[in-house]
Amino acid sequence: MIAALVVTRSWYLVLAAVLFAIGATGVLTRRNPLVMFMSVELMLNAVNLTFVTFSKALNDVGGQLSVFFVLVVAAAEVVVGLGIIVAIMRRRPGATADDISELKG
Amino acid sequence: MSVELVVFVLTAAIILSGAVGVIVAKNPVHSALMLVMTLFGIAVLFIQQDAHFLAAVQVIVYAGAIVVLFLFVIMLLGVDQAEDLRTEPLGSQRPIAAVMITGLLGLLIAALVAHSGAIGVPSLNGALKNGTSDSNIEVLARALFTDGVFAFELTSVLLVIAVVGAVVLSRKPKRAASKASGKAAS
Repeated sequence: MIAALVVTRSWYLVLAAVLFAIGATGVLTRRNPLVMFMSVELMLNAVNLTFVTFSKALNDVGGQLSVFFVLVVAAAEVVVGLGIIVAIMRRRPGATADDISELKG
Repeated sequence: MSVELVVFVLTAAIILSGAVGVIVAKNPVHSALMLVMTLFGIAVLFIQQDAHFLAAVQVIVYAGAIVVLFLFVIMLLGVDQAEDLRTEPLGSQRPIAAVMITGLLGLLIAALVAHSGAIGVPSLNGALKNGTSDSNIEVLARALFTDGVFAFELTSVLLVIAVVGAVVLSRKPKRAASKASGKAAS
C-alpha cells in the first residue's frame, strides 16, 4: 500500500500552506521583534516553495524567476528591518512590538 | 517505497519541526538555529523539484547571510536571554490568533483540495525543460537576462537603497555621539 504512494504536487502545496500558517502564527503571537522577523522569513519560504512547485508542475521558468526576486527582496528587507530594530533597541533595551507601536524611536 | 517519498517525508518532518521550533523557542538564538534547519529542508525540496540553482542560492543567501545577520544582531543587542512565553499581556490575543490561523489554513487546504486538478495558463516565460538545454542555471539565466532584465537591474537599485538605509539607520545619532565623545574628553 505504501509503495503506491506517489509524491504529487498537492503534497508540496499542503506542506507550504502549513508552513505559511506556522509563520503567520509566529507573527501574530510573538512579541520579540526579532522572532517576528524570523516568522516572516518562514512565510516567505512557504511562498517560495509554492512558486517552485508550480514552476515544475507547469514547466514554466517564471516561477523560479519569481523566487529569485523574492530572495533578493527578502535580503534587502532583513537588512533594513534589522537596522530599524538595532536603532530602537539602542534607545530602549528590551523593547517589544508593543513599545514600537508608538513609532517614536 | 520510492526514494522521493522517503526524502519528502523526512524533509517535511524537519521543516515542520524547525518551523514550530522558531515560534516556540524562548531564546531568540534557538529560534535562529531552528530557522536554519527549516531553510535547509526547503533547499532539499528545491533540489527534489529540479531547482538546483535556487537550492544553492537558498543555502548561501539564507543560511549563510540572513541567519548570520540575525545572530549578529542578537549578539550585538544582548537580547539572547530567555523570555517568559506563558504570560500574555493581551488576554484575547492567542485565542483570536488561533481562530484566524485555523481559518487561513482551512481555506488554503480547501482551495487545494477543491482545485487539485487545476492547470494554470500556458507558459509565458518559456519552458523550464525545453529539450535543448538541461541545465537549470542556463534556463534561469536566459529568462533572467531577457524577460527579467529590467527587474534584475531594479534589484540592484533596491540593494543599494537597502545598504544606504541600513548604514543611516544604525549610525549613532549626532547628539548622542558628540555627547559620548565629550564625556570621553572630559
